[in-house]
Amino acid sequence: MGTALHEVGRLARPQGALGWAPALTVAVFVVPIGAGLAGTIAPAFGYLPAIGGSELTLAPWKALFAYPGFVSSLTLTLFTALLATLASIVIALGSCAFLHGSRLQRRLGALIAPLLAMPHAALAIGFAFVILPSGWIARALTPWLTGWSVPPDVLTVGHPSGLPIVGSLLLKEVPYLILMTLGALNQVPAGMHLRIAQSLGYDCVAAWFKVVLPQVYPQIRLPVYAVLSFSLSVVDVALILGPSNPPTLAVLAVRWFADPDTSRYFQAAAAAVLLLVLVAAAIALWFGMEILLARLGRRWIERGARLSPALPAATIATSVLAALFALAVAAIVGLALWSFAQAWRFPAALPQSLTLGNWERQSTSLLKPALTTLGVGVAATVIALALTLACLEHEAHLSARRSARARGAQVLWLLYLPLLVPQVAFLFGTQVLLVRMGFDATLLAVIWAHLIFVLPYMFLSLADPWRAFDARYARSALALGSPPWRVLLRVKLPILLKPLLIACAVAFAVSVGQYLPTLFAGSGRVATLTTEAVTLSGGADRRVIGTWALLQAVLPWLGYLLAAFVPAVLYSRRRTLTS
Amino acid sequence: MKREQEALPRRETVAAESLQLRQVTIAIAGRALFAPLDITIASGECVTLMGPSGSGKSTLLNFIAGTLDPAFTPSGAVAIGAEPLDGLPPERRRVGILFQDDLLFPHLSVAGNLAFALPAHVRGRARRRWRIESALVEAELPGFAERDPATLSGGQRARVALMRTLLAEPRALLLDEPFNRLDAQLRGDFRAFVIGHARERGLPILLVTHDEADAVAIGGRVIRLG
Repeated sequence: MGTALHEVGRLARPQGALGWAPALTVAVFVVPIGAGLAGTIAPAFGYLPAIGGSELTLAPWKALFAYPGFVSSLTLTLFTALLATLASIVIALGSCAFLHGSRLQRRLGALIAPLLAMPHAALAIGFAFVILPSGWIARALTPWLTGWSVPPDVLTVGHPSGLPIVGSLLLKEVPYLILMTLGALNQVPAGMHLRIAQSLGYDCVAAWFKVVLPQVYPQIRLPVYAVLSFSLSVVDVALILGPSNPPTLAVLAVRWFADPDTSRYFQAAAAAVLLLVLVAAAIALWFGMEILLARLGRRWIERGARLSPALPAATIATSVLAALFALAVAAIVGLALWSFAQAWRFPAALPQSLTLGNWERQSTSLLKPALTTLGVGVAATVIALALTLACLEHEAHLSARRSARARGAQVLWLLYLPLLVPQVAFLFGTQVLLVRMGFDATLLAVIWAHLIFVLPYMFLSLADPWRAFDARYARSALALGSPPWRVLLRVKLPILLKPLLIACAVAFAVSVGQYLPTLFAGSGRVATLTTEAVTLSGGADRRVIGTWALLQAVLPWLGYLLAAFVPAVLYSRRRTLTS
Repeated sequence: MKREQEALPRRETVAAESLQLRQVTIAIAGRALFAPLDITIASGECVTLMGPSGSGKSTLLNFIAGTLDPAFTPSGAVAIGAEPLDGLPPERRRVGILFQDDLLFPHLSVAGNLAFALPAHVRGRARRRWRIESALVEAELPGFAERDPATLSGGQRARVALMRTLLAEPRALLLDEPFNRLDAQLRGDFRAFVIGHARERGLPILLVTHDEADAVAIGGRVIRLG
């Protein structure tokens, strides 16, 4: 889409049979975001005729600032988001530097894949099961260390500091940033540059920070901003693990939007717009820090000091990564055990007995939301795949004549738009539009809302392998007399099957994890595993929550497993297509 | 005036020590790549190592530099002067290496690349700056300090890469086919430039090449592998 988007940008006439693809693809996610933002900003200034707001006023802002918990909510939001983002990037970069060139680095991608696939909500619920006063950590230390016979009356989940939110965000954001960094490392001659730096007297971690990171960072900048924006505006994790009074700003906005008293809608919109401003300000601040750090870093590099604190710092970061990994495994295993537990009284470290009873009792209520989750996920994935393939094929067609990829990078930010704009800031406005069109609470609306987030991931996963495809294969097939559609179906798609299936698995996982888009486009009436799991996490029996959250996590894993096994089986005797 | 003399860079880095290989051989999957080697390269001497691809030339350089892939099993000993290198991490060996690609860091200016290599014991902004400027003069590139390496020609980049290696005050120089990328005219000039500067500093030089012309032009000992 990159190049082709550029064409649209310059109002050039689209060329070829697929000329419509880039414009349509961009419209699919830019139109709802743009319209949604307008539909949120207007009520933030009092304008929403449908519920009696007909003139511009600052009253919604006054109501927002007058809310008794406003300052705590704002502080909580900023503290959790900035700490989570800063810690994620330090841990991710430190681990990448420490593990560079090791055997573990080659397996790192496979190790973090299950975490990347797992929905935020499921992981947050599993994390809660670990850190609750009656959770696994307390059980492991009781009674031999603590002497407790009943769970202590302390607040862990819901602690006003918001630290549990930070912990849960780290479990997802660190793997995400590691994945992005590993991808970016493939684009630079990191190995040879490190060897040179080592021959000049630098240890490999210091060399990584001085020589590799400055080349890699520009490529992970947008993912870092996406993490920053997500941390500021996340709703499901903050609902599950955050304090309830006052909650984070995003949760506050959602709560007011859902209030039966429609006059709250205006201050909800103001809170959502404030979040948008916070995200923009945080990104601007981060960008300023980057420039400052780059300048200081250059001085550090040019001073020539061979001794540096980089190695011990990276060692600590890698230990934290290992601890996070252990926590994540505990969260997942804990979910699974609870879903099969018959009785699991405090302080037993393991269930007294296992049963299929929880699953049998939940099966009827699980079935419909599970099918909805599957159906919406598959539909969004298939549509995103079709649009992405059309864009990439159009681009391949164009770049046969022009060197196109450099210009594609200029519009990369457009793809990141859905990941940079906070969800709350445009979903509200989108919902108003959907209601007006009588289109809300339909499966189609939910699929479209998912598509906004599925499309960028699909495109970002598929673009690199697609662009790396050796066009001479296609040219040879054409020269052998195959029409273009046959070349695509019989040559290109089969060769690119593995990256294509992986992109589909990523897209499907993104869809399964969507909470807020499902809630808003579905007007709260389309139930998926995610929406139900988040609702249940408020107070249901842990054995019940366990079944919902585990099933929510299992669906994306099945997608990843399929993506790994289908090419392995189909091409078991074709080494170049499976490695 | 005294300061100028004190800052004169090169004399203080003369190594005047030999590079010694004792019974060195490298095996992969139980198969030795070459018969055990015994070589002593004197200070300022250049030994040329020749052989077909796969004969283990570059692998031997990796072994000396300390960056051997763990798939290989080395045996034998390497030392510079009286100090054995075995077991030292690559960054502590002070063995300079030049590859076929110049590998200048694209995020740093020409001066930045050289400052990265210049040891921290050269203190003070002015003094470091002066060392870098004089290295650029030696490389016949005065006034190139603030240039982006990408704007330099192949020959200019190669000379900066050599200066970067020498500024780190190595005790030996390994050359992994560094002349291959250059065309015939530049090749001879750069070869003379590299060997000249390394000899001036008294470095033992081990050159890996598959071009007989290199060996003939340098005129030192030639060892054939495989």
